[in-house]
Amino acid sequence: MPEIGQETKARHWSRTRNLTILVLVIWFVFAFVLPWFAKELNAFSFLGFPLGYYFIVQGSLIVFVLLIFFQNWRQDVIDDEAGVGEE
Amino acid sequence: MIKGSFIDNLGRVYALYTGGFVVFIILMAILEQLGVSAATIGILFVGFTVAIYALIGFLSRTMQVEAYYVAGREVPAVYNGMATAADWMSGASFVALAGGIYFGGYGYLGFIVGWTGGYVLVNSLMAPYLRKFGCYTVPDFIGTRYGGNTARFCAVIVLVVASFTYVTAQINASGTIAARALLIPFEFGVWIGLLGILLCSMLGGMRAVTWTQVAQYIVLIVAYLVPVIWMSNKQDFGLIPHFSYGDAVARIQELEALIGLGTAPAAEGAPGGVRILQTPHNDPQGGLDSWKFVTLALCMMAGTASLPHILMRYFTTPSVRAARKSVAFSLFFIFLLYFTAPALATLTKLQLLDPTLPTAIIGQSFEAVRNLAWIQNWESVGMLFLADGNGDGILQLNEFFMRPDIVVLATPEIAGLPYVISGLVAAGGLAAAMSTADGLLLAIANALSHDLYYKIIDPKADTRLRLIVARVLLLGIGILAALIASLQLTGILGAVAWAFCFACSGLFFPLVLGVWWKRANAAGAIAGMICGFVAGTAYLYYVYPGGYGGTPWLGIDHLRFGIIGMPVSLVAMVAVSLMTKAPDAEVQAMVDEVRIPSGETILGAAH
Repeated sequence: MPEIGQETKARHWSRTRNLTILVLVIWFVFAFVLPWFAKELNAFSFLGFPLGYYFIVQGSLIVFVLLIFFQNWRQDVIDDEAGVGEE
Repeated sequence: MIKGSFIDNLGRVYALYTGGFVVFIILMAILEQLGVSAATIGILFVGFTVAIYALIGFLSRTMQVEAYYVAGREVPAVYNGMATAADWMSGASFVALAGGIYFGGYGYLGFIVGWTGGYVLVNSLMAPYLRKFGCYTVPDFIGTRYGGNTARFCAVIVLVVASFTYVTAQINASGTIAARALLIPFEFGVWIGLLGILLCSMLGGMRAVTWTQVAQYIVLIVAYLVPVIWMSNKQDFGLIPHFSYGDAVARIQELEALIGLGTAPAAEGAPGGVRILQTPHNDPQGGLDSWKFVTLALCMMAGTASLPHILMRYFTTPSVRAARKSVAFSLFFIFLLYFTAPALATLTKLQLLDPTLPTAIIGQSFEAVRNLAWIQNWESVGMLFLADGNGDGILQLNEFFMRPDIVVLATPEIAGLPYVISGLVAAGGLAAAMSTADGLLLAIANALSHDLYYKIIDPKADTRLRLIVARVLLLGIGILAALIASLQLTGILGAVAWAFCFACSGLFFPLVLGVWWKRANAAGAIAGMICGFVAGTAYLYYVYPGGYGGTPWLGIDHLRFGIIGMPVSLVAMVAVSLMTKAPDAEVQAMVDEVRIPSGETILGAAH
């Protein structure tokens, strides 16, 4: 396997870090911000559910699952472009 | 069939297994129609599934270190996802979660968000990097990244306390279910449960636990989804209830106003643990209510990302990429149960409350309700209690007492489903409790045998001796946990929340910063583990009613003491790291190497 340059490594890590920050911001919104305002959101209705309740019992959970699949897809691209993917 | 090409044939093996399980359920249904007693069907369900797990455990026996500790690092992502889901979903998730939502409303839903959102942290901060490290146990990472036996030893202590708290609750749960299904006293049930757990893990370590956990996941998810979907169709709540129970939520809120929710219990003499419904189904108040929600969710999430029995599952995949992929599948498989639990709680509650439904009991004639078969069954074991407090011959909401734990177990009977479904639910609950107990016992025994015995006490020990020590420890810890479980000191759910708080107080920041902050050093990590763990534990003692019994600060009660432990851990770790010498170039290079997926693992293949 060819040696990976310091510059490539640094760039790979900074892209990885940016992706992680993006993921954690989205996570924070669905894990904390929306449940915090459940009372206010309950004034709206979604699929017949009060919206605040919906996020807590279903919406946020779906977002978490999709978020991890999204992150893995992006991270694989980042790894492959830096030549540090495994396959 | 199992040897050699087993990994290539996984799909076929588990498809066959699932088919066999479905045939078994149908067979039980036929036996029920032929007049075989409910008790016999319960025994057959539990006996058959436990026998299968034990068989898998036996076939996976091994004397190789790599297979014993990390299942040979050849578990494909999807199967590791299933195994993690079973490892993760304990007796508490299966048995107590829906009941908690039924009784706890908004405040309790913090567990739902916390126990799913934690996987985002596992995936982005931990799993891929720990997999690249190539460790056998979580303290192995701490010990190698920071260097020195002190850091390793602190990690072992936190791991043992957190996992041991958790495992007693699981053995308690498997004992309860085994006792009910096999009609034996609880004290014996605990030992039967332990026997089943050890049969799965003793001979094959992580390899055996992995393949039994996959089998246990299939049983538990079938056992959770089938009753809910069947009930929903029988009671006309929709084909797949998950997307259509919004109306039921609205209807419950309407009924709550009519039937006097929130009044005090109207009868004396109820047995311990039973309670009436007092909390609204969906009524967040904002302010302190919101604060309590997010603090609980945060503790559960950080705890998820620090609990060694979960993290070590990601050491078993063939690659870093597979480790990440398997986190995604883990959460998907967990999600299937977690988004069903609120539907189950809502629909079961509606069936009991809504006077227009045939299953309603609130507002009905007291005598008629008392004569229902399911009421009598549960009342006879002290898990349900009725008393006509005001003597009007009508059952009011505050005259109906129930233990939260029985909501899931009683739902099939409430909805009038055949007994075969109740047997299935018992098998599912047992699978959930056993699989988690297996993972936890193995995490403790492996940390003690690998990190304490091999790395610290006797680094020259040969493979045979190491694996014998690991098994002796597994047996000893299992027996100790069963002894403590049979004393029934804590409720199932309280003990589980404590385990998460212990783990996140002591381990969360030392693990995260080990990858994400090169400047973190051994002194800092030790300070972080000790200060966080001690602060959290001290606060727990201060706030727990059975301890000092102090007033919680800002509503931070004993379920969320990680909120105290984590910041203390972070501050101590950063401050001490900065005050002491930066890690040397070798360690810094090691951190760089952890951050890229390709190349050799940090630790050699057989260390």
